[in-house]
Amino acid sequence: MTSALLFFTELTQAPSKAQRELLTLAARFDSATVALTGDISEEATGIVGSYGIGRILQAPAGDGFQDHEVGVLDAAVQTVNPQIVLLANDSFHREVAARVAARREVGIITDAIDVSADRTVTKDELAGAYTARVNPVADLVLVTVKPNSVEDAPAGGESAAVVEPLEVAAYASRLQVVGREEKPASGRPSLGEARIVVSGGRGVDGDFSPVEDLADALGAAVGASRAATDAGWIDHDFQVGQTGTTVSPQLYISAGISGAIQQKAGMQTSKYIVAVNKDEDAPIFEIADFGIIGDLKQILPQAAEEIRRRQS
Amino acid sequence: MSDASSTPLTILVLVKHVPDAQFDRHIDQSTLRMDRSESILSELDEYAVEAALAIAEERGGPKAGNQVIAATMGGPKAVGSIKKALQMGATSGLHLNDETLAGSDATATSRALAALVKYAGNVDLVVTGMASTDAETAVVPAQLAERLEFAALTNASRVEFDSAASALTISRDHGSESLKLSASFPAVLSVTDQANEPRYPNFRGIMAAKKKKTEEVTAADLGLDASAVGAAGSGTEVVSAEARPARTAGTVITDNGQAGIALVNYLAEQKLI
Repeated sequence: MTSALLFFTELTQAPSKAQRELLTLAARFDSATVALTGDISEEATGIVGSYGIGRILQAPAGDGFQDHEVGVLDAAVQTVNPQIVLLANDSFHREVAARVAARREVGIITDAIDVSADRTVTKDELAGAYTARVNPVADLVLVTVKPNSVEDAPAGGESAAVVEPLEVAAYASRLQVVGREEKPASGRPSLGEARIVVSGGRGVDGDFSPVEDLADALGAAVGASRAATDAGWIDHDFQVGQTGTTVSPQLYISAGISGAIQQKAGMQTSKYIVAVNKDEDAPIFEIADFGIIGDLKQILPQAAEEIRRRQS
Repeated sequence: MSDASSTPLTILVLVKHVPDAQFDRHIDQSTLRMDRSESILSELDEYAVEAALAIAEERGGPKAGNQVIAATMGGPKAVGSIKKALQMGATSGLHLNDETLAGSDATATSRALAALVKYAGNVDLVVTGMASTDAETAVVPAQLAERLEFAALTNASRVEFDSAASALTISRDHGSESLKLSASFPAVLSVTDQANEPRYPNFRGIMAAKKKKTEEVTAADLGLDASAVGAAGSGTEVVSAEARPARTAGTVITDNGQAGIALVNYLAEQKLI
């Protein structure tokens, strides 16, 4: 009997696409439990149940940073005694997993793209240049899973999950939150989780509006190369690549990006790559499924207009 | 209050010798470990060295007794990364050089590095990059903080040091929010490439580095049993690593004035819209 534990810090609304992917993975095991910090909606308990997952351990939301969440996950691990813990792959959840792995002296596997019922984890190595299979050697392993890695498929459970309170010991935090600011919302999907990403580089020459326009026509996230963020044309939050966000969408449209090796590192596992570049010798064309030699300022608006025309 | 008269700091900056990310990198099929023959100081660790030096300088630098120890674990060649850090201005080196460490996963690595920090003695602050550019797990700084019971100031895109109060305040992204987190020593600080602009070693720094000492230690010197490190001490085991099939070039067209339409046709054919 292999039991899985999922860890979420947000379920006030219906689970996100990335959360649904984790629920799908957890349902592959003989039993699965969700550990949660914060409130849960009735809708969410129903949806968790639809994956055949019957139990949610709920702890209050933390008001500090990370120490509470580490304590909650650790307490849930001791309550459920799972063989595998699944979490999101962002830096916060990675660190929570890492700290619990250090406490329990067990392994952590990041950047997973698949997890099988025997706990074999498939993951990207060297920015997607290799695919590795990694096995846990202990009774417990913590795994962070990249979004867009598995097809969301509810197993078909009929009843809503039952929510039980989780007792968590008080903790002393070694740091204080002294400032908290909401970043301006773009209304676009998040870069790491989007199904489609439209990215701009040096070739946008300071003006991201054609990239943003095509992204909006496609309901896509906007990305940027390091050259574009370093030039100050767009915020660092949008950077795709090794020091920004690594993306693996269904479709990646690269506009005005040459495709040097470090740029490729952040997006080469995308399902389809479309490239637009003025330079016919740009390395990006070597990895693009569909390439257009031309001016992005002409091509992107024309494509956006055509998409809107077909939609209307 | 004069900063220079405050208690001197001992800062340990972790550096890693990694395969150069500007070239194709490989995993050896017999050992399932990375080919490390063409390695350099991880680019992301240069930001850590810069942050460590800047904090020490706030306190008056080496003249006021502040130490910046550049520490690494890795084979004999890993000393190259310490050398670069010494050229940038670190005061001494500490090299955990032991072949039993090869194949350590993140949990075993943080176990060994925590022992190394304790060995260095009375460390106020451990500084690291946001991730190594090879394994890219980005979890060792958080694990180190957990093991050492230090504050975890991780993924800092901005670092402010209040020298009088010996407190660090960092900015970091957290989902849709930007947070400011503050802690006093001892702490683990990991910095992103947004945190600063790393200095280049100048001629004086390169000459001075030749006189700086690097201590070499083994796992046994740190009291680490062979079963606690390397593959034996790891919680995970890599069973295979296959090169992803190289992407191949698809159709390339030249814009004839209708390429935007062709692009949409392609997306429709692939059922992407």
